[in-house]
Amino acid sequence: MVKIIFVAFNGDEKIVDASVGQSLMQAAVANDVRGIDADCGGACACATCHVYIEQDRFPDIGARAGMEASMLEFAENVKPNSRLACQIPISVELEGVRIFLPEAQH
Amino acid sequence: MRNADFARVDTIPLEAIDVSQARLFESDEHLQYFARLRAEDPVHFCEKSDFGPYWSITKFHDILAVDSNHEAFSSDGTILIGDNPEDFNTPMFIAMDPPRHDQQRRAATPAVAPGRLSDLESLIRQRVSTILDDLPRSEEFNWVERVSIELTTQMLATLFDVPFEDRHLLPYWSDVATSSDQVGNAARAPQERQRILAEETLPYFMKLWHERANAEPRFDFISLLAHNPDTRDMNKNPLEFLGNLMLLIVGGNDTTRNSISGSVYGLNRFPAEYDKLRADPGLIPNMVSEVIRWQTPLSHMRRNATRDIEFGGKTIRKGDKVVMWYVSGNRDEEVINNPDQLIIDRDRARHHVSFGFGIHRCMGNRVAEMQIRILWEEIMKRFQNIEVVKDPVRVSSNFVRGYEELMVRISE
Ligand code: HEM
Ligand code: FES
Repeated sequence: MVKIIFVAFNGDEKIVDASVGQSLMQAAVANDVRGIDADCGGACACATCHVYIEQDRFPDIGARAGMEASMLEFAENVKPNSRLACQIPISVELEGVRIFLPEAQH
Repeated sequence: MRNADFARVDTIPLEAIDVSQARLFESDEHLQYFARLRAEDPVHFCEKSDFGPYWSITKFHDILAVDSNHEAFSSDGTILIGDNPEDFNTPMFIAMDPPRHDQQRRAATPAVAPGRLSDLESLIRQRVSTILDDLPRSEEFNWVERVSIELTTQMLATLFDVPFEDRHLLPYWSDVATSSDQVGNAARAPQERQRILAEETLPYFMKLWHERANAEPRFDFISLLAHNPDTRDMNKNPLEFLGNLMLLIVGGNDTTRNSISGSVYGLNRFPAEYDKLRADPGLIPNMVSEVIRWQTPLSHMRRNATRDIEFGGKTIRKGDKVVMWYVSGNRDEEVINNPDQLIIDRDRARHHVSFGFGIHRCMGNRVAEMQIRILWEEIMKRFQNIEVVKDPVRVSSNFVRGYEELMVRISE
């Protein structure tokens, strides 16, 4: 199990035990983290799993790939550390990462 | 309901199945046709139709795959099954590929961004209240006209910042734009359609454009386009300006209108669901997604293959017309349990294809959801029952899936 901390827009934290092999989106949805809609079910086709990654401590989390970058073009309030949670596989390196949620999944 | 002009779908040879006929939608028989295609030939080639040869994509996950592969499946030109009339080509960003699509979409988006929507919520609630309070009680009337059209029209007028008293021009122009040969609806002659759009719609908005371009930037569509560096010259290409106007008017009009009508019709078709709603109005947000799935206000979007591609065991050739039938994907029993049934507390109700996927995914989905949510919140405060008293009259189109008339009676 890998410990992930989801931080809601109002600052509330929720600690989740995620399994290696899940995506970050699946870990959130399976644990009822509010604020991730995941309308497309993880196909990188809806951008309703937009999150901000605590990047300074986790620079290795990787960059947006092609379609992910295209989808993020049209999301709201995209920042340099924006990612789509369905495109991030859970790995042991992520232990303790904080994932920040946007105000709304537009 | 069965239309005598049509052979039963199970007696037609598979290769002769043509789901592009608008009358199949008007008579509500299309669902049986799609059920057969999903079962027997989910990626289906139709050689002869009013719109020429085309592929039909009918399963949920196949639709998702085509919709999110914009490199192999291009939107350039048109997203309707029928090609553009040669003498009247109106570019719009829904029918463009990157990078032009991206620039224009980005320019228009702030009109419907989350912050802007929360600003609009109390205004919408106030308008909904007025519309509902003015409705006749214990007397039959057409819900489409009195509620669905009126509410979406007022919303559109706000998004375009069109003077309130001019608002009825918007659904009128929307109807003109959608009554076209391209979707199998020839309510107006093509010349008449083009004349109205070019000689009435365009000058009206050109005037607004010039006013807005010379004023401080604001959050309506026209001002946003007139001030964005990527789109501020759009008025120099009047047909492209007109095309985008049609997109933004039609996009926000028929779709939301028919979801609103569909919500009333659906709760009448499935009275146990109406009971659930009365017992727990907290179900409204989930119900809104479910209604949008069940209704599927836009039946299809079309693409063109940019190269030969193997898909679902078939070979789609470069240049082939590929039609994603959202109305079928939303009834795919492998993804959605009991899909013909409206289930307002359905699990994962947001997981539907009505808004499409990928870079063209609906830009106005949250506006639409918000309007329907507020409408039902206010209905439940007022009315015990909205009873549908007659079979609805459906739209004759293979694109807009909705209702011309839905006669109801309200009891408090
Ligand atoms: C229930 C209501 C609605 C439905 C079912 C709906 C459906 C759709 C669909 C299927 C697409 C194409 C998606 C694709 O190709 O993958 C689309 C695109 C679009 N919709 Fe909606 N729509 C709705 C409401 C609205 C509203 C209220 C607006 C505007 C205020 C709007 C504006 C647009 C625009 C501008 C596009 C083009 C996006 C692009 O090409 O990037 N829609 N919509
Ligand atoms: S769940 Fe749709 S993009 Fe991630």
